[in-house]
Amino acid sequence: MAAEKQLRPSWITIRPRGLNFSYKLDRRVPLVALGIIAFTLVVLVVSINYGQYNMSVGDVVQTLLGLNRDHPDYRNFTLVVHTFRLPRIVLAFLVGMALAVSGTIMQGITRNALADPYLLGVSSGAGLAAVALIVWLKDVPAYVLPWAAFAGALITAVAIYALAWKGEGSSPIRLILVGIALEAVLASVTTIMLLFGQINDVQQAYVWLTGSVYGRNWEHVYAIGGWLLVFLPAAILMARQLNTLGLGDATAKGLGLRIEWQRGLLLIISVALAAAAVAVAGTIGFVGLVAPHVTRRLVGPSHEGLVPISALFGGALLVLADLIGRWVIAPSELPIGIVTAMIGAPYFMYLLYRSRNR
Amino acid sequence: MSELNAHDITLAYENATIIQKMRLTIPTGKITALVGPNGCGKSTLLRGISRLLKPRAGSVVLDSDDIWRLPTKALAKRLGILPQGPVAPEGLTVHELVAQGRYPHQSWFQQWSPEDERITREALEITHIAEFADRAVDTLSGGQRQRAWIAMTLAQDSDLILLDEPTTFLDLAYQIEVLDLLQDLNLERGKTIVMVLHDLNQACRYADRVVAMRGGQIMAQGAPDQVVTEKMVHEVFEIGCRVIADPVTGKPLVVPESRRRHATPTTDVVRQNGHRPNTNHVEKVADAAR
Repeated sequence: MAAEKQLRPSWITIRPRGLNFSYKLDRRVPLVALGIIAFTLVVLVVSINYGQYNMSVGDVVQTLLGLNRDHPDYRNFTLVVHTFRLPRIVLAFLVGMALAVSGTIMQGITRNALADPYLLGVSSGAGLAAVALIVWLKDVPAYVLPWAAFAGALITAVAIYALAWKGEGSSPIRLILVGIALEAVLASVTTIMLLFGQINDVQQAYVWLTGSVYGRNWEHVYAIGGWLLVFLPAAILMARQLNTLGLGDATAKGLGLRIEWQRGLLLIISVALAAAAVAVAGTIGFVGLVAPHVTRRLVGPSHEGLVPISALFGGALLVLADLIGRWVIAPSELPIGIVTAMIGAPYFMYLLYRSRNR
Repeated sequence: MSELNAHDITLAYENATIIQKMRLTIPTGKITALVGPNGCGKSTLLRGISRLLKPRAGSVVLDSDDIWRLPTKALAKRLGILPQGPVAPEGLTVHELVAQGRYPHQSWFQQWSPEDERITREALEITHIAEFADRAVDTLSGGQRQRAWIAMTLAQDSDLILLDEPTTFLDLAYQIEVLDLLQDLNLERGKTIVMVLHDLNQACRYADRVVAMRGGQIMAQGAPDQVVTEKMVHEVFEIGCRVIADPVTGKPLVVPESRRRHATPTTDVVRQNGHRPNTNHVEKVADAAR
C-alpha cells in the first residue's frame, strides 16, 4: 500500500539538454527565492525613497528604470538615487550575501550551529589587518583592503582551527570560547594600534570598524562584487561536499571525500567572503549566524539550496537593517552593525540556550 | 567481486599501538563478523582496513590495489563503510541521506545523473524504507534510522560493505531487523559484509566467518561451529560458558555462566583447567588509548 506510493523526491533536478551538467535543489528553493527577492525590492524602493530629499515612490521606480529622463528634476533624482542612496543599499545587500554564505560554510565544516565569522573573531582578524593598513599606509585604494583583510582573516581562522579542533571535531562551546578569546585579543591590538595612529587615520579607521555602509560608493560595490563573483559560485558548486561533511568525518571519508583538502578549500572560500565584507563595510556581526538558521527552516539542511537562499536572505536582512538604522534615530543614523547586533544578539542567546545540553 | 587483504598491518593512535603486524583475509561474498571484548581492537581493525585509519606499517590490499594508493573516490566505489553511531543533520530527509551515497559517482558539474536517481530509489526499496523517504532521519525509530544509513551505504554501490557495530544501541527487534537485512544483501545481492558485533550469538547466527580478537590479536577465526567453543570463549572473553546448539538455526549458542550460576561440572572444562589468560601488554595499551 505505502510501497505503491509514487516516490517523489523533495528536490528538483536541473539537467540542461546537451550540457554535461546536473544539479539538484530543494523543491522549496524557487518560491522562497522569489519571495525574498520581492521583499528586497520593496525594501529597496522604500529605502531609496526615505531621506532628506523628498521624492515620490513613482519617481524612485522610474529613476531606477531610467523612464523619466524628461522630468525637470531628473538630474537631482539621479544624483540622489544613483550616487547617494543606491550604492550603500547595493553594498549592504552584497555584504549580507557574503557574510551569510561565509557563516553557512563555517557552520557546515565545523558541524557547529554557533559558528559565524564575527563570533569566531575571523571578522576581527580581517579588521585588524585592514586597520593596520589604513593607519600605516596613507590613502589605501578600496580594492587593496580586501586582500589585507583576507590575510588577517585567514591567519585568525587557522589559529582557531588549531586551538579548537580536537580529533573528530569541535564542540560548539569550545569553538565559541576560543573565538571570544581571540576576538578580545584582536580587539585590544586594534585599539592599541589606533592609539598610536594619527588622528585623521584613526577617525577613518574607527568609523569603518563599527560596521557601516555610510558614505560608501560604487568603488566599494565593485571591490566586494569581484570577490562574490568568484567565491559565491564556488560555494554553490561545493554544496555537495558540505552535505557530505555534515554526515561526520568518518562517513565523509568512507564516501570518498578527501576531507582535509575539501575542508581547507571551503575554509578559504568562507574566509575570503568574510574578509571581502569586512574590507568594505567593517565588522558586521550575526548575519552569518542568523541567515543560515532561518534559511534551514525555509529550505531544509541540504546545502544546494541553503547556500544560495542564505545569501539572498543575508542580503535582504542587511538592506532592511540599513533602512532601520537610517530611520530609527533620524536625522542621525545608527551604524548597520549595531542594528544587526540588536537583532542578532538575542537570537544568538536563544541558540546558545537551545544548545546547552549538547 | 573483490578480496580484501591486510598484510602485516600495525595500527596505532597517537602513541598507543593497538594492533601489531596483523594478517587478515576477508573472504569474498561472505559475512565476516569481528568479535571480542571491549578494547580488543576490533573497531580499530575495521577502521584500518577501510582507510579510516592509516596503518603505521604494512598494507591493505583490495584485489591487487593498495587502498592507500587508490584515488579516494575510486576506493569508495568498491568499499563502503558505515561508522558506529552516525548522526544526520537535523531535518535531513531519508531520501536526501540515501542520495548522498552517490557521492563517489559524481563530479563537480555532474551532480545528479539519472543513474544516481535509479540506484538511490533501488537502495530505498531494498531496505524497505521507501515509505519513509520524505521523513526526517532524526524522527525515525532506531531500526528505521539504521536501515536508512545502510541504504546510503548501499547507494554507494560497492561490492564490499563494512559496518562498525551496526546493532549497538538498538532494541532487540531492531537488531534482528538490521541483521536480517544485511544477510539479505549478502545472499541476494552478493555483497561481501564485514561487521563488528558485540553479541557473540548474533555473530554465530549471521556470520559465515567469525574473527575473535583479544588484546589486538586474532585468537581464532573460521566458521562459527568450528571456532566458537567453550575454550575459545574463555580465552577471549574470560568467562566460563556452555556452548549448545541454537534451537532455531543449529549454530553454536553461547550461554555464559555468572558468579552464582555455574555450569554443571562435566562441561566446565576450562574452569577445571584452572588458569585465566594473562591480560597482556597490548590490551592495557588499547584500554588506555580509549
